[in-house]
Amino acid sequence: MLMKILVVAIALALTALTCWWFFGNFDKKQAHAEIINGQQEGRVVVKGGYEPEVLYLKQGVPAEITFDMEDQTACLSRVVFPDLGVDQDLTLAKESKIVIPTDKKGEIDYACGMNMFHGKVIVQ
Amino acid sequence: MTNWRRFWLCLVLALPMLAEMTLMLWHVMLPFSREYSLIATTLIMLIAAKPYIVSAWAAFKRHLANMNTLVAVGTSITYLYSVFAYFTGRAVYFESAAFVLIFVLLGDAMEEKMHANAEAALSKLLDLQAKEAEVKRNGEFIKIPLAEVVPGDMIKVRPGEKVPVDGKVLEGQSTINEAMVTGESMPVKKQPGDSVIGATVNGAGMLLMEAEKVGKDTMLSQIMDVVKKAQNSRAPIQKLTDQISNYFVPIVLILSIATFTVWYLISSDPVQAMLFAVSVVVIACPCALGLATPTALLVGSSRSARLGVLIKDGEVLEKAAKVDALVFDKTGTLTEGHPQVVNQVGDSDALLLAASLEASSEHPLASAIVDQAQKAKLSLLPVANFAAVEGQGVKGLIDGQEVRVGKDEFAGNRIFAKQGEALAKEAKTVVYVQKAGETIGLLALQDPPKAEAKSVIQQLKERKIKTVMLTGDNSAVANAIGQALGLDQVIAGVLPQEKAEVIEELKKTGTVAFAGDGINDAPALATADIGIAMGTGTDVAKEAGGIVLVKNDLKGVLRALDVAKKTFQRIKLNLFWALIYNLIGIPIAAGVLVGVGISLSPELAGLAMALSSVSVVTSSLMLNWVKIAGQAS
Repeated sequence: MLMKILVVAIALALTALTCWWFFGNFDKKQAHAEIINGQQEGRVVVKGGYEPEVLYLKQGVPAEITFDMEDQTACLSRVVFPDLGVDQDLTLAKESKIVIPTDKKGEIDYACGMNMFHGKVIVQ
Repeated sequence: MTNWRRFWLCLVLALPMLAEMTLMLWHVMLPFSREYSLIATTLIMLIAAKPYIVSAWAAFKRHLANMNTLVAVGTSITYLYSVFAYFTGRAVYFESAAFVLIFVLLGDAMEEKMHANAEAALSKLLDLQAKEAEVKRNGEFIKIPLAEVVPGDMIKVRPGEKVPVDGKVLEGQSTINEAMVTGESMPVKKQPGDSVIGATVNGAGMLLMEAEKVGKDTMLSQIMDVVKKAQNSRAPIQKLTDQISNYFVPIVLILSIATFTVWYLISSDPVQAMLFAVSVVVIACPCALGLATPTALLVGSSRSARLGVLIKDGEVLEKAAKVDALVFDKTGTLTEGHPQVVNQVGDSDALLLAASLEASSEHPLASAIVDQAQKAKLSLLPVANFAAVEGQGVKGLIDGQEVRVGKDEFAGNRIFAKQGEALAKEAKTVVYVQKAGETIGLLALQDPPKAEAKSVIQQLKERKIKTVMLTGDNSAVANAIGQALGLDQVIAGVLPQEKAEVIEELKKTGTVAFAGDGINDAPALATADIGIAMGTGTDVAKEAGGIVLVKNDLKGVLRALDVAKKTFQRIKLNLFWALIYNLIGIPIAAGVLVGVGISLSPELAGLAMALSSVSVVTSSLMLNWVKIAGQAS
């Protein structure tokens, strides 16, 4: 009996932890792209998601994001920018470069091929 | 290592375990099977599970969970418990962990392969291009790589060769097969002055052409760009999956915890409870939901491109699947766009005489009469004393006799008046021909409806779509054409800038598509829910409107609507299947049906999961074979 009560208690605790961890309000990792010789270089590490999730770019400076592929699962094998018409296979090389237009301010969303992991580029 | 290699390696490692499971049915036990499964599964975990665990852990630290989380949790729990069981002399479940991983790998590998197949359809378009061109340089024709061709180059296209770039015919006559770009199955005649499209195939004649557009500016490159953008765009219906995907995996984890708890309370058997909980984690498949829309878009948009229909994005496609009314511009869209002789009454010489006179005239109708005579292969006669009578017609001397061509009061008489009036009532322009003071016949001219217009309107009606004609022409002409074609509504006398307002008004009653000229009708195309630009040139990317028909053919409108509808139906079917699969699969895996003897072991759950995402991709690929208007498959 004691064992059963213990199992229920642990289950409830685990459920609460799961809710808090996945549905809680946590800050997203952010970063600004570096500007070298008038060219912006952003870097996103692909490993169980995108690191950083939000990348800031400066308007008007030509920009390129390097996706550094460190994940070996099919889930993250592609990165899709719906607005830019980009669907890049990241498994072809360790690093893939994607040119981002910075002529307009705004948010450019991207996601993995199945739209489970999301990242964002903000031009400001 | 690719997923395929991992899959084969793991499968080979797991074969003895499979043999063991099969032989158990006959109560045959293999020696050292416990030891082998510990070693083999440990290797399989290292080869197959490690990438999932690494990725899931990285995601977890970021408060994210996905497919990888489910695979990692499910297999790790089974494996770790089995290791514990091995050393404490209990029953082991290594084969569950091993086969779940093998099936997941198989699913991933197959899905990647099919994804690549779907994409290959697009790159096939690029393969259509010629690799080199025979270009005139320094007075000589030499073969150079395609990339070195520049606008203005003079290119020789031999019979059976591919046209290398977009341009204009300078010399020669031939027919060209344009099916790969426009979807038109009949070869098209080409003569000097006609434009030709790169990647199309020359027929039996030799052509000399001038390059106008090369590289990224060619029609083919533009089509590729448009299709690629469309394939990666998002359809509004995906908002549903976005919302679900954020909650899906955590909820499955919670369900799994609940499954364990309930089974433990019922049976007091923690091992049984664990197997049910693992099955729940393993059977859940967010992938199928995530794949439902993009794969259908991928296949649908490349299928339509091959039919000469470019759908610019998923949003347009979704709207086009639910069109209530289709509004057509008249001139050039429903009609040929220029007047032609459509009736000829009286003496057969009337056409020859009229054409001989009109050859000297600049009236817009004159060229239609001359064209008609040329089509009939008539050689025009010499004319003396030509004179144009303002607002009446033209006159001159042919073979010494006065010939007049023009209006009723200028060249008509009572014999032909009745027929003339009848034709005029059909909104045709009637021209009488008089020779030596006697009327010998008449010609009726009209901008005729396109050959396919009537059947297209009919088929739209069968699809319960309201058909409307919108034109700046006067109502007599508009109504005559409207009636001949069987349109539901005719709105005439509308100035170009007012077209958009009329569309705005029509939109109040439902989803409105507008089909018209891509350049002149740009405001109306932009105002309509779906703008269908009828191909006018090679600048497909610049055309206004969400749908561009590469060829100015009304059947393309039907094809566009069909492709959109079929693709959207497929998306809905995929989503339905993916949802139902999870809604049914998870409870079964949780052991809800154990009472009636139905339960799933973790490895069967893994197989079901792999099959569900593969089945969604297969379903999307089937779009390549559905029936589209005017095209068997």
